Amino acid sequence: MSCAHEQNRGKVKVDNNRYIVKGDFSVIYPNTPIFNKQGKLCGVTNPRDMTYIHSYGAEAPFFEGLSKGSLKGTKCENPACEYKGSVYIPFRIYCPDCLKKMKIVDLTAAAKKTARIYTYMVCERSGAFNTLDKPIKFINVKIEGTATILMSYLYLGEPSMGMRVVPIFRTKNPTYTITDLSWVPEGTPQSKLPKGFSF
Amino acid sequence: MIKFSKQQLKIPKMMRPVYLVTGGMSEFRRAFPEKRTEELCVEALTMAAEMINMTPAELKSYIHTCYYGHFADHFGDQLLGESVIHDRLGLDPLGNIGVKTGGATGGSTLWEAVKAVASGYSDCALALGWERMDEVPTDEGNHLISCAADKDWETPLGHIYTGYYAVMAQKYWQVYGKSEDSFRKTMAEIAVKNRGYACHNPFAHGGMRITVEDVLKSPVIADPLRALDACLMSVGSACCIVADEKTAFKMCKNPLLVYVAAGTHTLRPADRRDMEIPLLPNETKNTYKDLDKRFPGGELYPGFTGFLAARMACYYAYRMAGVYDPCEDLDLVELHDAFTISDIQSYEDVGIRPYGEGRTYVESGDCYVTNPNTGKPGKLPANPSGGLIGCMHAVGATGLMQVCELMLQIWGRHAEVHGDAKRWKSFGKTKPKDWKDLQVKGAKRGLAISHAGVGSHVTATIVVDPKHQLKGGKA
Ligand SMILES: [Zn+2]
Repeated sequence: MSCAHEQNRGKVKVDNNRYIVKGDFSVIYPNTPIFNKQGKLCGVTNPRDMTYIHSYGAEAPFFEGLSKGSLKGTKCENPACEYKGSVYIPFRIYCPDCLKKMKIVDLTAAAKKTARIYTYMVCERSGAFNTLDKPIKFINVKIEGTATILMSYLYLGEPSMGMRVVPIFRTKNPTYTITDLSWVPEGTPQSKLPKGFSF
Repeated sequence: MIKFSKQQLKIPKMMRPVYLVTGGMSEFRRAFPEKRTEELCVEALTMAAEMINMTPAELKSYIHTCYYGHFADHFGDQLLGESVIHDRLGLDPLGNIGVKTGGATGGSTLWEAVKAVASGYSDCALALGWERMDEVPTDEGNHLISCAADKDWETPLGHIYTGYYAVMAQKYWQVYGKSEDSFRKTMAEIAVKNRGYACHNPFAHGGMRITVEDVLKSPVIADPLRALDACLMSVGSACCIVADEKTAFKMCKNPLLVYVAAGTHTLRPADRRDMEIPLLPNETKNTYKDLDKRFPGGELYPGFTGFLAARMACYYAYRMAGVYDPCEDLDLVELHDAFTISDIQSYEDVGIRPYGEGRTYVESGDCYVTNPNTGKPGKLPANPSGGLIGCMHAVGATGLMQVCELMLQIWGRHAEVHGDAKRWKSFGKTKPKDWKDLQVKGAKRGLAISHAGVGSHVTATIVVDPKHQLKGGKA
């Protein structure tokens, strides 16, 4: 993308229940023909430069929480629910059983004390638009007292099942995406954390 | 949901029997730079007509409603692609609907068509699927596939679906495979078998004559998975035509009974909660009383190792069709071998082996057309088509290709179709000199499993020769 587009990159605000978009969206690149070896026309390219506008809805507190160094889950507190007291991370807005809105709970301390790797995978490849360093060390983290298991990535060290890990948060220049949360082995010093991340 | 009500466990009931009348496929390839999707769909429907000695126009005259399986609209930059195909097949103004359930799209499409006939709404319905995965660069394709994971919680993590999936493989590998070299070798044998079978299938594009060593030396994608453990990415089309009894016997001499059931599980494996194992007809609570002692780390069910959706699809489908023990009651299976390891996981979900013992299905030789240990016919051959690893994975078509293969096997017409030198030639290939007939002798009943990603959707389709219907098989 050219510098001019970069400077005037499209941004979105919300006003009076509407999205207000400003700047460059839908940058147009001309299409090109596709020929076979004999020079016969087979088709054309159709370039697209799309920007999606997406609402986090009631999950927004989770993503905002990451930017402030806190890991939030939710808990069903409906006395009539058969599974009352279940705690969910990934964060769910409604209880999957009784469909009552759940209470947001802070799991940062529990994660620091009890999080362990349930399973993992080191992946050499990524898809287009990836922003993580490769290889990506996918880890699934189990925090004591929760009903589910969180997908994330390990920033330092080699993952193994049962390994104790602690969460780190991108509190400087957060992206407000799930990539703002990462993990390091228990006992890692602050000096080893990636730029912008803190415990 | 981790507990089920009586209503939820009701065995699905069809208001009348449904028959598979015919089916057809296009050739499958990694890319078709000089063919439009509709050309492939027309090829599949034309083959279906030819199989029962009809012209395409005659076959179309029976069709009342249409169900189209096409997963990834965004790959083709064409919403309502179903309408394009429906028009090009000349089926307007009949009612049609698109079906999208990831890798299970083909099976789900058939599920819809079968229900339409079972209910009486239609006497004859078309289930046709396709996929076009060659029209974006591979990296962008990987991103688009990763959008089938949760876009807030998973997709931003690398934009690579393999990563979300492979954490499950790693868990199974360590807990049930115990990270053993012998287990790694068993995985490789599946790749050798399925790529080998595909060499005898003119529709296939992944046929390879390889050894276990070749698989073990292929590049690592995500340890322990290597390149040759993975399925193909394909373009192509397949279809099935289903009808009620009266219409079916009018259309062909030997239509086959067909049953389809479906199950689902969380899009994010992260959301799986611990629960009791739903039992198949031949299992009891005792079957699993010491599972976690035999396999430390296997305390959670389904954990990240079982595919609950596959288990539920079979829970319903076996009871619909009267299957008690799949190894005794079925003659062949076409399984969703996305990866060698997930193939082993599926053996357990669908009850070919109890949980924890999937590997023995391969090691016993039961999964081969000819058991390599005994030289006799395998007990329950798996994927003589070559499956997803050897034949194709053109997502929306895959589940329908599997059912076409079961149909040919049960009809005893496998060799007629796969051994036809003219067909090989029409696909620009030469029939191999050592072409092998992979007909499963006396096949009467088969099972196809259509499966999405980390197990979000699974269908179980059972095809039965009506003269050999099982006791307890309903409607
Ligand atoms: Zn609740």
